[in-house]
Amino acid sequence: MTTQHVLSLLVENKPGILTRVAALFARRGYNIESLAVGTTEIDGVSRITVVVSLDGLPLEQVTKQLNKLINVLKIVELEEETSVARDHMLVKVRTDSSTRSQVLEAVTLFRARVIDVVSDAVVIEVTGDTAKCQAFLKVLEPFGIKELVQSGAIAISRGSKSMSEKVLR
Amino acid sequence: MATETLTGAQALIRSLELLGVDTVFGLPGGAILPTYDPLMDSKKLRHILVRHEQGAGHAAEGYAAASGRVGVCIATSGPGATNLVTAIADAHMDSVPMLAITGQVNSFAIGTDAFQEADIVGITMPITKHSFLVTRAEDIPGVVAAAYEIATTGRPGPVLIDFAKDAQNGKFEFSWPPKIDLPGFKPITDPHGKQVQAAAELILKSHKPILYVGGGVIRAEASNELLALAELLHAPVTTTLMARGAFPDSHPQHLGMPGMHGTVPAVTALQKSDLLITLGARFDDRVTGDIKSFAKGAKVIHVDVDPAEIGKIRHADVPIVGDAKVVILMLIAELKAQMKSAKPDYEDWWVFLNGLKERYPLGYSETDDGKLSPQYVIQRIGELSGPEAIFAAGVGQHQMWSAQFIKYERPNSWLNSGGLGTMGYAVPAAMGAKVAQPDRLVWAIDGDGCFQMTNQELATCTINNIPIKVAIINNSSLGMVRQWQTLFYNSRYSNTDLNTGTDTIMVPDFVKLGEAYGCLAIRVEKIEDVDAAIKLAMETNDRPVVIDFIVGRDAMVWPMVPSGISNDAVQYARDAAPIWDGDE
Repeated sequence: MTTQHVLSLLVENKPGILTRVAALFARRGYNIESLAVGTTEIDGVSRITVVVSLDGLPLEQVTKQLNKLINVLKIVELEEETSVARDHMLVKVRTDSSTRSQVLEAVTLFRARVIDVVSDAVVIEVTGDTAKCQAFLKVLEPFGIKELVQSGAIAISRGSKSMSEKVLR
Repeated sequence: MATETLTGAQALIRSLELLGVDTVFGLPGGAILPTYDPLMDSKKLRHILVRHEQGAGHAAEGYAAASGRVGVCIATSGPGATNLVTAIADAHMDSVPMLAITGQVNSFAIGTDAFQEADIVGITMPITKHSFLVTRAEDIPGVVAAAYEIATTGRPGPVLIDFAKDAQNGKFEFSWPPKIDLPGFKPITDPHGKQVQAAAELILKSHKPILYVGGGVIRAEASNELLALAELLHAPVTTTLMARGAFPDSHPQHLGMPGMHGTVPAVTALQKSDLLITLGARFDDRVTGDIKSFAKGAKVIHVDVDPAEIGKIRHADVPIVGDAKVVILMLIAELKAQMKSAKPDYEDWWVFLNGLKERYPLGYSETDDGKLSPQYVIQRIGELSGPEAIFAAGVGQHQMWSAQFIKYERPNSWLNSGGLGTMGYAVPAAMGAKVAQPDRLVWAIDGDGCFQMTNQELATCTINNIPIKVAIINNSSLGMVRQWQTLFYNSRYSNTDLNTGTDTIMVPDFVKLGEAYGCLAIRVEKIEDVDAAIKLAMETNDRPVVIDFIVGRDAMVWPMVPSGISNDAVQYARDAAPIWDGDE
């Protein structure tokens, strides 16, 4: 049984970098569980958060190969105990006058937010770790999930140190 | 800083000149036309017009492998660029420093399926060390300098630069040197001192060490250092296919090549060793055979400039990331210090190894069909040409025999396609080598199959006065495939007959083909004519030479470890395994 690992990559924001990163996994037949990309506090530097189900040697090999990519500046594995990870999810749930209150109750319990309401559906926004998001989905399922979109995990280390320290010389 | 208004194309040529490039192999076309115009005026760049872009790629590889300098090839967009792909992949596998320059359609047309458009950056991503797409003229000096830096620093490799046509045509203020912006490129060349110390301790504790030497030692130009290390330790040495020449074959500590077609002493020494001192080698499957049973009793010191190689296939007890030359020098110093108190003693090990060398020297049996023995022909080419010559081989039986039966005494004298196994490598690689080292005798030892893939470059050789010698080891078949069919497919010869032998319809006739290309071309069928033919080739320098050596098709490459089998099962000849003394 492989466990999930969260890799955080600082990369130069150059064309093709996402292809290069994704291709390293694809070539070896490794599946990416989730992937999130965005800009960072440094101009021209992006951050990629990859969640993979890989252990031991394959994980080490993929990390080393990623490090060889010219546009990759730094890679760290974010351990569960020393970092925080969040997924962001938007869910469109079927509702009517008889179910709406139950759905809203679940929204409150999970500290989610309703961001759009029409007569037969609501759009809910929820943020949390993967387990919370999955649990929330389970609760919503009986009402009918019409549409689901997820950001993929983003993660950051706890404490005051920043990943970009010492990266650019 | 003084600047000058140049077009992107002029800047590309100027940048190459300023980086010290003196030769480019290429073939023009629409999207690279702007660059070919200033190229015509360059006094410092010699452009050699090939007949197929694959030839340009392998020529650049041969140039690089023979000289240790960067090889440069140029092609146009689309099919020109895709024709480079095989050579780029080849350079990637064998860590050859190479710049591949391609034209691209205008930047505004990229992605529209324009005429001769191909996403060559995308296509070559997994087979280059890095690649660039340039869409603005002003980026050219910085990108070319960065590409050169990447190709030559750390573990060498191919870098592709794709130049949009409008980037070549655009004007800007050129200045040199440009700022090279590579914040993510930090190859480690200096090893960790503690690791070197640990390696020295392990070496002095071992009783059966072996220096397992790979192509990295050649790329790092560390042959002299290797010799000093080997002699300091008096340890046995084996050189992989990519490392032939890194250590002199004449040296008594050399056991020969390891692997699938390695010598019995080299294969066995690795299996029985208690310490692999691995220098710039990567535990390729053709060396290790079944990895689980490979050198089971050995600890491993693994020196490589590429951290991703360490632990990739085999766990390293002492991993050392660094340039082979730097590491070996540090190791020698450390060993000398430690040897004041502990001297290595490999006496018993050498008794065993010398026994192997005596009982299982490389050899071959004569063919029984009256045709030449291919091993004999190749051996004579090596003996008559001497160690200062350069030998480039294709891929297959003739490649293995060339690795076995030619004695290499210096690095960069043996060129071949080791990792990718590219048929057709020999002729263009020999051409590139001859351009890089015009005073050396350069042989392409080729098979009849390989030769038919790239022989069009003989036109390039004749026209540009590049007098290479081509020895076709003609067994009228795809010999290595045929050997496997003999051994593993009940001699069912599915599609391996090429009909180029004297008892076939002889299509093509290699002598006529060679003559058509302006070469001196002769056919040799008798053993008594072999030496004279080789000497004639060596004396002929006003044009290339093609010798069609008609050899027996049933000759096989021995020793052999069948694919995926333990190296313990090495066969000396068909159905003949070495006999081990009781407790060994």
